[in-house]
Amino acid sequence: MEKLLSRPRRAAEPLHPFWVIVGKEMADHIRSWRFIILLSLIGLTCFGSLYTGLNNIGTPKAEGTAASGSFFFLQLFTATDGTLPSFIVFLNFLGPLLGIAMGFDAVNSEMNRGTLSRLLSQPVHRDYLLNGKFVAALLVIAALFFSLTFLMTGLGLIFIGVPPTACGFLRILTFTLLTVLYVAFWLNVAILFSVRFRQPATSALMAIAVWLFLTVFYPILIRLAAKAFAPDPGGMALLDGSLIRYEHTVLNLLRFAPGQLFSDATTTLLMPSVRSLGPLTMDQVAGAIPNPLSLGESMFIVWPQLTGLIAATLGCFVLSYVSFMRKEIRAR
Amino acid sequence: MKEPMIIIDGLSKRYGNLLAVNGLDLTIYKGEVFGLLGPNGAGKSTTILLLLGLTEATAGKVSVCGFDPRRQAIEVKRRIGYLPDDVGFYENRSGMENLLFTARLNRIPKDEGVARARLLLEQVGLAGYADKKAGTYSRGMRQRLGLADVLIKSPSIIILDEPTLGIDPQGVREFLDLIVRLSREQGITVLLSSHHLHQVQQVCDRVGLFVGGKLIAEGDIDALSAKLFESEPFVVEAGIACSDGKPLSKGEGAPQLAESLCRLEGVGSVDYSDGLFRIGCVRDNAPAIAKAVMDAGYGLTLLQKKSHGLDEIYHRYFEGGGPYGKTA
Repeated sequence: MEKLLSRPRRAAEPLHPFWVIVGKEMADHIRSWRFIILLSLIGLTCFGSLYTGLNNIGTPKAEGTAASGSFFFLQLFTATDGTLPSFIVFLNFLGPLLGIAMGFDAVNSEMNRGTLSRLLSQPVHRDYLLNGKFVAALLVIAALFFSLTFLMTGLGLIFIGVPPTACGFLRILTFTLLTVLYVAFWLNVAILFSVRFRQPATSALMAIAVWLFLTVFYPILIRLAAKAFAPDPGGMALLDGSLIRYEHTVLNLLRFAPGQLFSDATTTLLMPSVRSLGPLTMDQVAGAIPNPLSLGESMFIVWPQLTGLIAATLGCFVLSYVSFMRKEIRAR
Repeated sequence: MKEPMIIIDGLSKRYGNLLAVNGLDLTIYKGEVFGLLGPNGAGKSTTILLLLGLTEATAGKVSVCGFDPRRQAIEVKRRIGYLPDDVGFYENRSGMENLLFTARLNRIPKDEGVARARLLLEQVGLAGYADKKAGTYSRGMRQRLGLADVLIKSPSIIILDEPTLGIDPQGVREFLDLIVRLSREQGITVLLSSHHLHQVQQVCDRVGLFVGGKLIAEGDIDALSAKLFESEPFVVEAGIACSDGKPLSKGEGAPQLAESLCRLEGVGSVDYSDGLFRIGCVRDNAPAIAKAVMDAGYGLTLLQKKSHGLDEIYHRYFEGGGPYGKTA
């Protein structure tokens, strides 16, 4: 990012071809209708959920309770009365859509327009194109989400008049980074399909199918299968720990869906009172002080989720990389 | 001393069961205009992709300006300008912007890039369309913009794959003239692939005939015809009619006549269709043929000697003539 900003000032030295591609891709994104539509959609979402958040945020309660003063502000992103989803639920839903929309025709449209063979016969490495497309879309997404989050924070500040604490602000920043990472995963899925499938429509459909499967059908399937293996709640299950093991297994299986990882991680980050993502026994809870966790402790809880998301993103990237590097580039 | 620019050694490329390029050996020297002539699907485009490192060879070696396109792709692509048969541009950008994008990818400083782009747009006759969006260009205009796009990086080799498709005849002439002029003035090596033999004949110093993934002959037009028609450098065409004036058809005595013509000294092969005989000869013996026809009791309506142009070569090799049948 820094490189991108500082390079053009030195006019004597021409820009590195990689940044030329990134610059062109960013310009393409920003000028495209698709982006404008998505931008307004996500903008509307923000203001919708800001409204929900403000209506349900309540009043700052006394120190020591779950919604204590120091993290009161964070409720802006999570509070809901059930009629409209909160900001994080909206993002869990719209983030993938944004990622898919920005990536599904990344490579195959260049191929269909006949620009790919022209571009790759220039002295650039083949991966510049793939990396350039990814970085450009990521920069645009990051800029978009950071400005939206800051906008929400600012508006929230004006309306409720209670500023976030430094720790709360850090949590908001981490949350935004996490959102960008989550969208980056879906962007990579879409880019992978755009390398794999010749028709943009096919690749868009595939990406949406994968997204639907992972967010809607996968949890249903897991729960259905889990029911068959559920231990008898009346018997010894609770005592010998098999119920706990069972619950953990189901949760872990659910976590193969990136949406679950994202909602686990955001919930923990934005609700400092969440201290575990799985079931806790009475023994574990006994004696615990109902105090909010520090950012470090929350991060510690979501570290596996974070790693999982990064790994999935990298995995998709590697796959598209491998299939693109060996691809034959024909004119149209 | 001729300096080799492109050296292809035993190059093969296989797609499943199809051998698209089969053991190709070819050397192209600096400053020459080489024509790669062959029918559709002969493997011309595949060979070009292999030269650029845009696809991987199954076997064999390629060297472009001393670099291997697979390992040193950047060095190769810095020196080659490639114009595909159906070149595409970013349609929501103007022609000028498209050229400048290429210039920036080649690390040409901005001012120089703008100046070069202006000059080239003028050379290819698109000066008036520089600021129009590339999406509004016609096919021929896109092709000409493609040539400017190739030239903006000052390549030492230009590879053109069917470059004149979709350009009107006047445009084709200008296009080819421009290429030849550049080659002569700046010593640029040009590899032109085409199935349009007249264009190839018009501009190329040397021609390679490409059929079924194999280079069956190469050389200038004269050398090529001498090589291909080694056994029968001369062809005599004779129109033969029966005594009643009708053309001699296949059923009535044509085989016998063909046989007797074959026995003539210096005649290699005889080929006939309705009333028209094509007689391949080692030397020019039209008088003997005329005499033999008269002796057999037929009339001559036509007797002409033909030289081997590319047309002849093309016809013979690409459209199912004998030798093609043997090589395939």
